[in-house]
This record gives sequence, structure tokens and C-alpha cells, in this order.
Amino acid sequence: MTLERHTPPRPFRWRHVLLHVGLIIGSLIMLLPFFWMLSTSLKQPSELFTYPPTWIPENFAWKNYEDALSAMPFDRFYFNSLFVAASVMIIQVFTSSLAAFAFARLRFKGRDTIFMIYLAALMIPFPVLLIPNFIIVINLDWYNTYWALIVPPAFSAFSTFLLRQHFLTLPMDLDEAARMDGASSLRIWWNIIMPMSKTAIAAVSIFIFLNTWNDFLWPLVVTNSEEMRTVPVGLNSFQGQYNVRWNLLMAAAVVAMMPVLIVYAFAQKWFIRGIAISGMGGR
Amino acid sequence: MSTQTQHQTNTARQSSIKRWLGLGTWNPQQQSVAYLFLLPSLLGFLVFVILPAVGSLALSFFEWKLTNTPSFVGLENYVELLTNDAIFPIVLGNTVFYVFAIVPLQLIIGLVMAVALNTGVRGLGIYRVIYFMPVVTNVVAAAMVFQWLFNQDFGLISSWIWQLADATGWNIQPPNWLADPFWSKPTVAVLTIWKNVGFTMVIYLAGLQGIPEELYEAARVDGANAWNRFRSITVPLVSPTTFFLLIIQMIGAFQLFAEPFVMTRVGGGEPLQATLSIVYYIYQNAFNYQKMGSAAAISWVLFGIIFVITVFQLRMQRRWVHYEVDES
Repeated sequence: MTLERHTPPRPFRWRHVLLHVGLIIGSLIMLLPFFWMLSTSLKQPSELFTYPPTWIPENFAWKNYEDALSAMPFDRFYFNSLFVAASVMIIQVFTSSLAAFAFARLRFKGRDTIFMIYLAALMIPFPVLLIPNFIIVINLDWYNTYWALIVPPAFSAFSTFLLRQHFLTLPMDLDEAARMDGASSLRIWWNIIMPMSKTAIAAVSIFIFLNTWNDFLWPLVVTNSEEMRTVPVGLNSFQGQYNVRWNLLMAAAVVAMMPVLIVYAFAQKWFIRGIAISGMGGR
Repeated sequence: MSTQTQHQTNTARQSSIKRWLGLGTWNPQQQSVAYLFLLPSLLGFLVFVILPAVGSLALSFFEWKLTNTPSFVGLENYVELLTNDAIFPIVLGNTVFYVFAIVPLQLIIGLVMAVALNTGVRGLGIYRVIYFMPVVTNVVAAAMVFQWLFNQDFGLISSWIWQLADATGWNIQPPNWLADPFWSKPTVAVLTIWKNVGFTMVIYLAGLQGIPEELYEAARVDGANAWNRFRSITVPLVSPTTFFLLIIQMIGAFQLFAEPFVMTRVGGGEPLQATLSIVYYIYQNAFNYQKMGSAAAISWVLFGIIFVITVFQLRMQRRWVHYEVDES
């Protein structure tokens, strides 16, 4: 650029101050529910109903956490959520990267037709698939098992589509050259295409993991015993049992939210990127 | 059109039909290996996506309570739903309310946040982390927190209203937010907007970064003020992003379930079906009343609505979405 760098005049700075004021108010609004949750989770029952409400509890009732955690097996819920989300993520990334490789880098009969069917399936809203999938789960005798929680959600046309779009951006010469050297398709997939797509794979993985972790409707429908519940479903049943004991409910909500928020605090760039990239269909 | 170009378009069409059928473009050596690559995904896709899609359409023509043998009823489920079901119109109205309350506000607030963060203001990273935080939180936990925030007697929001009433002497009192037929829907919408607006903002930020800075410089030289720059540069140039967000958020808002389910099922209950969404109603039909056929029919009506609206938006996009490439 030939133009001299534009230095903002003084009123411009004032605008930045105003901007910060606005952004901080916005931040407070976004954070308010978290503060309110934390504050309530540490209150004695008597302090819940004081007016005006206090933000800092008089004495911290850590016992709420004990009570909440002993009322239901949250450790088991956590294990279930973690196990289910990780399994769905691994199966889905594995199968859809293989399929995406076939769609993007191999030429076979019926490729575009099959791909169009995948694309068309993207439009089907999940509620349409809910009831038949429930019936399939019942018929396979998978009701209230990890199979039901993991296998049906592990197949989505979306990640195949996303990875295919990404694989298409890599130069075809790579494959040609590798084939000249006698590499098989499997080798090309694993040693060339996958390593070159680390960012896309990471984005898709985070997206799948978080979606499965936070999913509510499907695990609600296919589980009925306490030991098969994931965190959201467990929390939901906890709410059903303790429905006016707000300090315990908020302690449970903190327990359900905190680990994810802590991971988020350390890996926020990856979270935001993963969700944004996947949310935008890989662009 | 000259014969030559006509011939060219014909060959192009033929080759695209050929491609569509997968003829001529395939490599015989890669045939079997390709199907092996595709197999795991395709198998799962057929069993858990295609079969259920076909199955739910078929199911919507049957009456089935899970325990009896299904009996074919033709279009009865649909006819019943559209002409005789007293609750379905309410549910439809609620869902339309959610869509119209949530989507525009989410787009406007998300764009304003993104524009504010795109000014080169310091601390962009921190603000972005905070605004995006609700997106990664669990919807059930978030719904519980909002249920407590909007508790009629002791919730924070209600206490603010009491305090305002005390301070000003006005005769106002908080409604019973989640049990009130009028206020319950907006309360559910507030949770949803809070939860999702960070996503909108992040996508908008990506869109804004594609607008060349020179355009703003030029407008500044011409004396355009901030509002005019926003209106005549930012809004039109970010319209592809707006369009994309509009489509996916409408599809999402039509499928709202966890938010009204968690917020209004326990304590207060559903105030006269005022918060019931379409998906919530599908859930009730299938899992509370065991009316599998009707539930499937409702899901196809939902699909139909989403489909028509999406197609409508795709057609309307020419009127307001500016793609730079198209304009030149």
C-alpha cells in the first residue's frame, strides 16, 4: 500500500472506550447466568429465598455439592457421556473419512449418484428419523445399551460431506505420484490425505464430540435405567426429583458444565474454530 | 443460438447425465477398492438414515401403538392432524413464534457483536471466548439455570422487577414467567438466544473479515458516517453469511425441543401447551401416548414445512443476497 497508515484521530479513541463499555455490558449479560448458577450452588437453603437476593453467599455451603453428587451417580453419567461421545467421534471420523476419500479421490461407478443421496439426506431433520431408529433399536435388542447410544448417531452424512469438501482441495498429483510409487489407496488415505487434513479432521472431531456430548433427545429416548444415562439425561432426571431445591440443582448444573468449560478455557481456539468450520459446511 | 453452441450444450448435458449415472468417469482399477472404502459408512447410512427415512414415511400411514399389529389407515393420520387435532395448531403457532422471535434477534445481536469486535478493539479474544461460552454448555444445565433465573418468586429477574417497583413506586410485579401462557414462550426464546448467539457472532466475524478495508476507507473519504457505512457496506456485503445463518437457524429453531422440555415440564408444567414445540409434540405422541403413526406424520409435516421454507429462501436470495462474483 502506498497510502500512509491511517492514524485514528482522538475522537476515534473515545469510540473505543464506548465500545469497551458496550462489550463489557454484553459480557456481563452473557456471564450473568453462570454467576447466578455458581452463587446459588453455594447457598444455604434459607438464603435462596432472601430478598433482595445476595450474590456472595454468607457462608459457602460446599455441602450442596456433596449432596448433589451423592444423590445420583454423576461419575457414571460422566463416564457414559465420555465413552459415548468418544466412540461416536472415532467411528464417525473413521467411516466418514474413508467414504470421503472414495467420493473425493477415487472414480467408481455410481459415485455421483450415491453422493447425491448423501447430500439429499442432509436435509432430513432428525425428528423424522427418531421414531424408526427407536424401533430399530428395540428390534436389535439394543434398548438401554451403549450400542443404542453409540451406533445410530455414529452415521451422519454431514461429516462425510464436510471431509469430502476438504479432500477435494488437496492436489490430485499427490495421489498420482504415490500410485506411481506403488502405494495402495489405503496407504494414500492414511499416509497422505489424512495427515494433510489434520485441521479439518480436528474441527470435525470436536464438532462431533461436542454435539454427542450435549445431545439430549436421543439418549433420553433410548435409555431408561440410571446407570445408562448420559450427563444431560442424568441431570434431567435429577431435576425431576429435586425440583425446588435450587441450591442442589445449581450445584448439579455446575458439575455438568464445569469440566467442559475448563477444557474450553484451555482449548477455546480449537472449540470455536471446530464449530465455526463445521457449522459453515467446511468453508 | 448457433448450431455449434447448441451442439456444445447438448454434449455438455449428455456428459453431465453420464456423470450423474456414473458412466464413463470411472476407473475400473479403483472400482472394488472404492466400494470397500465406502462400505462402512454406506452400511450405517443405509440402516440408520435411509431405512428410517423411508420407514417413517411408511409409518405415517399406519396406526401403531408399539404393542398391537400396525394397521394401515392411509392418510388418516395427516387428515386427523390437520383438521381434527386441537393441539397441533397451537403447537404450530408456538413453533412459528419461536422461529420469528429467535432467528431475527439472534442475527441482529450476533451481527452487532461481530461488528463491535471487528473494529480492531483490544481484547477481541477475551470477548469472543465469553460470548461463545454458552454455545459449548450443556442445554439441560443451561435450561435449569434459566428456569431458576426466571423463577416467579425468588428468581433474579423477578427480584429486579420487585426492586424496580420498590424504587419507583410503580405498581408492577413479575409474571409467573414459565407458567404464564403469554410469557413462557419469550422466556424460552431468551434462553435459546443466549445459548446460540455466540455461534452467530463467530460466523459473522468470519464473514466480516472478507470485506475489504478499502471500501470503508473510501466511504470515510466520501464522508459517510458510521451508520451509513454499516448500512450500505457491511449489511449488503455480509449478506451471504446472513443468508447462510438464516437458513440453518430457521431449520434449527423449527426443531427446538430440549429448551421448552426442560424449562416447562417440571414445576409449573406446560402452561396450556403454551411452550409445546413441534418436536416436543412428536415426543409426546410417540413416547407418552404411543401413537407412533401420528408422531411419524407430524415429523413429515415438519419436514415439509422446513423444506418449503428453505426452497422459498433459496429462491428469494437473489433479491437481497449480494455475491460479489455474480454482480460483475
